[in-house]
Amino acid sequence: MAADSRESARHAGAAVPCGETVSREVVVANSQGLHARPADMLAREARRWQSRIELVADSQRVDGKSILDVLTLAAEAGTRLVVEATGPDAREALEAIGSLFDRNFNERAGSQQT
Amino acid sequence: MLKLQGIAVSPGVTIGEALVLDAEGFRIPRRFVERSAVDTELARLAHAVAETAREMEHNRDRIHAELGEQYAAIFDAHLAMLHDPRLQQELTAAVRDRNWWPEYAVSRTLRRYAKVFQSLDNHIAQRAHDIYDIEKSLLRNLLGQRRETLAAISQPVVVLAHNLTPSETANLDRRFVKGFATELGGPGSHTAIVAEGLEIPAVVGIGPFLADVSGGEPVILDGNEGLVILQPDEETIAQYRLEEEAARSVAARLGRLRDLPAETTDGVRIQITGNIEFPSEVEQCIDRGCDGIGLYRTEFLYLTSKREPTEEDHFEAYSAVVKAMNGKPVVIRTLDLGADKMLTEKMPEEERNPCLGLRSIRLSLRELPMFRTQLRAILRASALGDVRVMFPLVSTIVELRQAKMVLADVMEDLAEHGIAFNRKMPVGMMVETPAAAVMLDSFIKEVDFVSVGTNDLIQYTLAVDRGNKEVAELYNACDPAVLRLLRRSLDVAAEAGVPANVCGQMSGSVMFTQLLLGMGLRQLSVPASAIPEVKQACRSVSVADCRLIAEKALTMDGAREVKAYLRDQVRRLLAETVA
Repeated sequence: MAADSRESARHAGAAVPCGETVSREVVVANSQGLHARPADMLAREARRWQSRIELVADSQRVDGKSILDVLTLAAEAGTRLVVEATGPDAREALEAIGSLFDRNFNERAGSQQT
Repeated sequence: MLKLQGIAVSPGVTIGEALVLDAEGFRIPRRFVERSAVDTELARLAHAVAETAREMEHNRDRIHAELGEQYAAIFDAHLAMLHDPRLQQELTAAVRDRNWWPEYAVSRTLRRYAKVFQSLDNHIAQRAHDIYDIEKSLLRNLLGQRRETLAAISQPVVVLAHNLTPSETANLDRRFVKGFATELGGPGSHTAIVAEGLEIPAVVGIGPFLADVSGGEPVILDGNEGLVILQPDEETIAQYRLEEEAARSVAARLGRLRDLPAETTDGVRIQITGNIEFPSEVEQCIDRGCDGIGLYRTEFLYLTSKREPTEEDHFEAYSAVVKAMNGKPVVIRTLDLGADKMLTEKMPEEERNPCLGLRSIRLSLRELPMFRTQLRAILRASALGDVRVMFPLVSTIVELRQAKMVLADVMEDLAEHGIAFNRKMPVGMMVETPAAAVMLDSFIKEVDFVSVGTNDLIQYTLAVDRGNKEVAELYNACDPAVLRLLRRSLDVAAEAGVPANVCGQMSGSVMFTQLLLGMGLRQLSVPASAIPEVKQACRSVSVADCRLIAEKALTMDGAREVKAYLRDQVRRLLAETVA
């Protein structure tokens, strides 16, 4: 599905951002994994930036700006992911997103899953 | 390609475009838009998305106020998904580049996402429910007031639905509905009966499958094997086209039987009459050479409109049938429904067991004005031809006498007003409760004919709900208990010199022809589609042989044994007669 979407993004005339690619590893610390609420926060944050943002896990590569895409990662607690940002504001974007993971998406331990 | 197994309830095969009705009856009207309409359609899509978002926001705010942040969060998730840029892009591209109708695009795209979620191992798979919710809301906003009903179909389709109510099936237009398949349902259900009447292939009880198909897609319906094939490949399509062709030529061959009588090889003439629901089916019966109408089910007069049918509504339908039959007998059965199925009735409280409740003759005797209206129309029609009236679900002699008294009363009423009718109109009853079968020797003195309704008789004798998928297997015409009651009823009728026929689905199945003839039956009432086959079967057997077969079957103590035996017998029969 991720591959299809990239294709359709190209066809829709989206500009491929040029610029450097930066990345860092993050850990999913939420007990419920990357469920709807954190996925929503992540997608919203990612959309604030110009750069392309992708999450990579093993063989999967998903679009960080799409909540649906992020959810399909089905990342459980403890999963290691790589966040990749490509574009003019890549560094700032990466920092913002990395910090979301570090803060555990503002969730207290044992919070409700949505 | 996806092959799904269900229960075959009406034979034949068909290949067509799917029309999908989900649990709320949504219908995707079309697959493609004209290129020139793309911009309008994109605008309509955008508008529906905005409307849906507004609804979600409204719900979120309301729930947040009532129950707090936690519960409102679900609507946030829905909103996030609805606004997902990927999703929006895909929908837009589907309409602009692939020229899909927005409804079709929404359904296809969202269902694909839903499937991806469903395939996940953990709790995230639950998100599929949200996707379906979004799909529903979007479709509702797209279709708006234009939710078209089944009656508005104007091109050939195969209807795929969660379930079809009697009312919906009544509205299916034979010209356009080439077949149907449902997630619910069992053999002997009303849907099955209607399918047979319409003579279109039908498969029921498939279980959930609507998520895998979108309106407009090609689908194959195999009513012989009980298969529904989604996204068929070229090879399969070709194979089925050949089958369609073959079926057409068999039908042509059987058509030649039309003017031949149903006479056994040892010269016994069997009456073959037709079962109908709608006046239009009379034509099909006549086309195949029937000896009359053995069962005219009048329920659809009550199911197809919101107001109770008037005397004129009844009379119009009955006289059409009587005139078309041109002197041949027409047996009209009075209302055989429960209040639960009727659109006009308001039950004071939910009936827990509508099958065993206020229905059929009991309802008629409770609602006298409605009963009298129907009887008046039947009597008036009796002046136009050979009309006979039959009462359903009779279980006590008191009921029968009461019904006859109401009839006599209506006759006096008509006589007083100088309206013509046949005073000697034959009055019969259905034998479909064990009570009626067991006490038939009492009843037989007070009726002019009887008709064994095997569908309900099997249901009540074996205590099985024929529409319940879980126990559908137990509903079995071959059960020795049923055969014994049937045999007894026919014996009692024969001894009293009262004509008897069988009008359930059993009579229309050639597997039972030898058994029934062997038990003494000389009249079979069958759906139009079965007339040629049953006639062929009658012409290929001798009553003497049939007697032996019946005797043997009645000694067996298990339905399976009986079924295997009858199957074997009919196989031999068909082998000899199929050229």
